[in-house]
Amino acid sequence: MPKELWKGNEAIAEAAVRAGLEAYFGYPITPQTEVLEYLSRRMPELGRAFVQAESELGAINMVYGAACTGVRVMSSSSSPGVSLMMEGISYIAGTEVPAVLVNVMRGGPGLGNIAPAQADYNQAVHGGGHGDYQAIVLAPASVQEAIDLTVLSFDLAEKYRSICMVILDGCVGQMMEPAEMPEMKPVHRENWDWNTDAKMGKRERRILSSIYLDPVEEEKMNLRLLNRWRTIEANEVRYKEYFLDDAEIVIIGFGTAGRVALSAVREARAQGIKVGLLRPITVSPFPHKVIDQLAGRVDAFLVTEMNSGQMLEDVRLAVKGRVPVEFYGRMGGVVPFPDEILNEIHRMAKVKLSADVHPRDAWLERMAHV
Amino acid sequence: MQKEIIISGFGGQGVLFAGQVIAYAAMDSGKQVTWIPSYGPEMRGGTANCTVVIADQEIGSPLVKNPPLVIALNLPSYDKYEPMMQVGGTLVVNQSMVDRGAKRADINTVFVSANEIAEQIGDKKLTNMVAVGALLAALPEVTIETLEEALKAHLPARHQHLLPKNYEALRRGFESAKEQLAVIV
Amino acid sequence: MLKENLVYDRPEGFTDTPTHYCPGCTHGVAHRLVAEVLEEMGVIDKTIGVAPVGCSVFAYNYFDTDFVEAPHGRAPAMATGIKRVMPDRIVFTYQGDGDLASIGMGEIVHAAARGENITVIFINNANFGMTGGQMAPTTLPGMKTSSSVNGRDVEIQGYPIKVSEMLSTLDGVGYCVRRSLHDPKNIRLAKKAIRMAFETQARGLGFSLVELLSTCPTNWGMTPVNSLKFVEEHMMPFYPLGDYKISDAIKQIKI
Repeated sequence: MPKELWKGNEAIAEAAVRAGLEAYFGYPITPQTEVLEYLSRRMPELGRAFVQAESELGAINMVYGAACTGVRVMSSSSSPGVSLMMEGISYIAGTEVPAVLVNVMRGGPGLGNIAPAQADYNQAVHGGGHGDYQAIVLAPASVQEAIDLTVLSFDLAEKYRSICMVILDGCVGQMMEPAEMPEMKPVHRENWDWNTDAKMGKRERRILSSIYLDPVEEEKMNLRLLNRWRTIEANEVRYKEYFLDDAEIVIIGFGTAGRVALSAVREARAQGIKVGLLRPITVSPFPHKVIDQLAGRVDAFLVTEMNSGQMLEDVRLAVKGRVPVEFYGRMGGVVPFPDEILNEIHRMAKVKLSADVHPRDAWLERMAHV
Repeated sequence: MQKEIIISGFGGQGVLFAGQVIAYAAMDSGKQVTWIPSYGPEMRGGTANCTVVIADQEIGSPLVKNPPLVIALNLPSYDKYEPMMQVGGTLVVNQSMVDRGAKRADINTVFVSANEIAEQIGDKKLTNMVAVGALLAALPEVTIETLEEALKAHLPARHQHLLPKNYEALRRGFESAKEQLAVIV
Repeated sequence: MLKENLVYDRPEGFTDTPTHYCPGCTHGVAHRLVAEVLEEMGVIDKTIGVAPVGCSVFAYNYFDTDFVEAPHGRAPAMATGIKRVMPDRIVFTYQGDGDLASIGMGEIVHAAARGENITVIFINNANFGMTGGQMAPTTLPGMKTSSSVNGRDVEIQGYPIKVSEMLSTLDGVGYCVRRSLHDPKNIRLAKKAIRMAFETQARGLGFSLVELLSTCPTNWGMTPVNSLKFVEEHMMPFYPLGDYKISDAIKQIKI
């Protein structure tokens, strides 16, 4: 397929359609509304289901219902709306049905604003809904990646009967870039052994529920989810490396923060500083292993995020105190410019770094001017 | 090669489309490109801007702090971006909408009476295309021909009859800027 | 030779699982009526039920159909999701008054307004049963519950919601009636209504809902017989039985 100029949000919508999306349920919220608007035209045109729900609560429970029938289903929202959906996410996880949810993150907490942010990392990666569960979370940094990961999200959700979230910030959602769409995949209903699509004279009845009234049974279910998660961790970690071969300082950033860091890394390289970039593509499962390996041979890490250092804690867990981990973040919808990260690289290349101070505390002091 | 462009003006001046046309032309020339708007809760009015980055390799930041290339279609945009420009950059100012000269001598400021030229061609909506034409005089990576092709390929069918006027707007802007840049350089 | 003449058996729409409901509770009756209707219409095989949160949370154990279990109040949204991707299936929700009229008010109103082709069996027993008899949106004025111990004071706790009356104002609704389960005659009328509601869905004539005035002897603190009387003497005057909306197309249906 030739490249076309796609806007991130619309690209995600079309990619989902081509991946065999049979039903979309959503609610308008900036900066993801183009997904809803695009599909409000596209889905009926193909004879597929589209409902603008009464709320995000309604939308996620429509997703839940359709997911139980075994079809490919998706919703999308932005931070405050995703908070409302967390009830349904937990139920979907507890019922072990596949569903895809796109979160085009904006500044928060509360109503916040509509500018790009990454402050829902913890909500997506470390829970959000109640109970013991984990979600697969993909973090595209470009329109092409948004397309590819949307397609992948359906495959992963089905493969592991899991919720799969695609988290991007408003930048990727609103940005236009040349990108290539996959071929249109025809809608195909798998012959699952778990879905509730009615007996139809072919089998015994099925029940899908997240209830395990007996604690022992619930614990077994929790263990089943955890064991499945171990498989996901072993097989599905994805990331992209830039200039890591001889890097002494390694920046870790996902999504837009990662690509902003790439500009800074190139500039620093041009100045002769040996710096590289690791951009996690799956933030859950998190690329612990590669960071663990890097920690054995590099001098320091710099984590950069558009939040207060949420992924930072996961990096620190992987580094285990062996080398200093520094942090630079912008919050509230502010997107960092490359020179801010370059300044951090310069600072790290110059001063002796201490592992005694928590990187967030040190960063907060450097942020005093704001 | 990497070039960053900011286009700024009032909502309704065709700021976002101007950026998209450049992005299309860059894409059709086989370049990497990003286009990103600034967006606000207000749907109409106010100032709008977009950033276009054109490069040969994977683009990092889609936003730029000190742009080398700017189109300012109104005075607030001129005031805002003039101090932020990279030394040696080119600033295309819509002279029809500003009442002052350049404050910086270390950048090339090109004044184009985009409104008047557009009106002469017969459509005030062509202001943005006049300014884009002017910018191309400082952006050799995108030729006026590829931009015309991009317009032809991506202008909706209902606007295709406006192509000749768009081409004229581009060329008038381009010529105006080229003359001024020749004097500066 | 003694000839056995079977006059009463479990409907085919039921599984063999005995219900967990309290003695005298009318949930069992309501379940049976739904099961009989599904059997009579020959749609057991293509039915998908949506269970609520409340006493009937385990409804999925009793019907011999596919079933899903919704979050509290969200059954109409789940049913929407199912029906939109499987329009040839019969999809119903079974919801109590806490589930439907309190936490799930948004979902039920919008499912009705969209004219979702689903059937809703709405059990109105004027309290939250499962959590121990707290005040519900349907609790009568002056009625004592574990969270309105001095009786519902409408000045403080607001007025009960008349669900059938309210939903019948929406254009998406094809069939919306209130019946009662307090005596055999009314049970027969309730069954006819449930049949009509499912027929409405089978014909794609819009949203259908049957509200059933029901008992909760345990939480009301009454014997089963007295609770049936309570329905007749106290609930029916406040919640009049009747056909709140039957669209012209549905009126033509002959069974």
